[in-house]
Amino acid sequence: MPSFVIQEKCDGCKGGDKTACMYICPNDLMVLDPNVMKAYNQEPDQCWECFSCVKICPTQAIEVRGYADFVPLGSSIMPMLGTEDVMWTCKFRNGMIKRFKFPIRTTPEGQANAYAEMKSQDIESNLLCTEEADGRSYRAPQELA
Amino acid sequence: MALPNKPVGEIKAVRDPEVEEREVDILIVGGGMAACGAAFEVKKWMSDDQSVLLVDKAAMERSGAVAQGLSAINTFIGENTPEDYVRMVRNDLMGIVREDLIYDLGVHVDDTVYLFEEWGLPIWKQDEQGKTLDGKKGQRMGTLKEGAKPVRTGKWQAMINGESYKRIVAEAAKLALGEENILERVFIVDLLLDANVENQIAGAVGFSVRENKVYIIKCKTMMVACGGAVNIYQPRSVGEGKGRCWYPVWNSGSTYTMCMRVGAELTMMENRFTPSRFKDGYGPVGAWFLLFKAKAINGLGESYVASDAAKAELEKYAPYGTAAITPTCLRNHLMLFEMKEGRGPVMMDTVTALAELGKSMDKKELKHLESEAWEDFLDMTCGQANLWCATNTEPEKKNS
Repeated sequence: MPSFVIQEKCDGCKGGDKTACMYICPNDLMVLDPNVMKAYNQEPDQCWECFSCVKICPTQAIEVRGYADFVPLGSSIMPMLGTEDVMWTCKFRNGMIKRFKFPIRTTPEGQANAYAEMKSQDIESNLLCTEEADGRSYRAPQELA
Repeated sequence: MALPNKPVGEIKAVRDPEVEEREVDILIVGGGMAACGAAFEVKKWMSDDQSVLLVDKAAMERSGAVAQGLSAINTFIGENTPEDYVRMVRNDLMGIVREDLIYDLGVHVDDTVYLFEEWGLPIWKQDEQGKTLDGKKGQRMGTLKEGAKPVRTGKWQAMINGESYKRIVAEAAKLALGEENILERVFIVDLLLDANVENQIAGAVGFSVRENKVYIIKCKTMMVACGGAVNIYQPRSVGEGKGRCWYPVWNSGSTYTMCMRVGAELTMMENRFTPSRFKDGYGPVGAWFLLFKAKAINGLGESYVASDAAKAELEKYAPYGTAAITPTCLRNHLMLFEMKEGRGPVMMDTVTALAELGKSMDKKELKHLESEAWEDFLDMTCGQANLWCATNTEPEKKNS
């Protein structure tokens, strides 16, 4: 089901330095109409429904609906991303609602250790940088497979 | 630098775009998981007078096949051996393999998983009694590197909470490489060979999808990792649902075509199959088969993989078909075989699987089991979860 922007909620990321959905869409489908300062999905049949735009929209203005040719209308799933968890609200076509919460990350945003200062020594060693730093040596095969 | 996605909307194309030439020692084409791995490693091995550039047609934070997330790590050697891994892959791809490449992957893969955990990927762990703890609760068991036990589904997988998998890995890659060595929203379309030295890669050309600019990037060496190739076969839908495919619709196969055109060697591409998935939504079946122990049943309600007809069919492909673990391509073949013999449709018996597991569970554990069943898709194929909602499918009550 492709994503669509709810025009009443979208403010074109005014005041931001970038249009969030346009920044994130892996398939470059989201585009801002500068005349009305609202975003829209320019090619719904190329939408993978990855929800990247839904998750990043600062005003929660984007939702996803099923592909028109084989998904019945009336259901919806909506994620709400926190810093550590995601909460999904799943509404069935028959009205039933299920909510799920899952962890998404165990470290604070921006703090992944990139070992940026590390300088590795022996490029011929066939080791990855952290393997070399751990003092390991390349594990040769110990038996015929 | 991350290209400025300033809110100016679509820009009209011009007849003569600006052409920007660059020259670097190392060029990484693509911004997905493989490219992120290279980005994390490369500067640590480069000397200070060498240069590197990574070019992604989208934004690294969500680009590539892991955009939605991933529900499991498919290869974690752990207590197994790399030799075991070679045997498993060799059998699974019916012998048409490069054992040295498989072995090398088996030797290094765990190190990357340790890094994912350190960067923030929540990894399920077994507690002291062998019960499952999710990625958040499981932290009290320590890290995989320290010896904590992963929750396996089958011999090789490790379960994770993977919604933000790409975001976490891309963050580490960007911090390691430096924003000044990254070009986002630039679509590389062709590779260039050296005019003087035969069979020597020399550069790449592409264009920005945000401004009127063509890039010509010369390099001494290059890694290309733009993902796989989707829509070689027509998807189930030819209408709006064209976008619903397994593996993302934007993986256009350029990795192969670009490299092939300049004479790169392709390897381990001979065993190919179209994997079976949940109908229409294309939700993957890994967790259902391995974690929930669901069986695939044909139109007659039989678990056909154990039937005499299936066994006879598999014997035609001995020794691979008769191995203890049936290769993935042959499991797919059996499904098509059932359908061709008129015994379709083939469904995943989710009802029986959940009922069996639920027998030994109290109410709280059952709720958790249901949550895990939904998480499998919400973490990686959201569209399948919505298809369940739209068709009023509760997997414990209705097969799909």
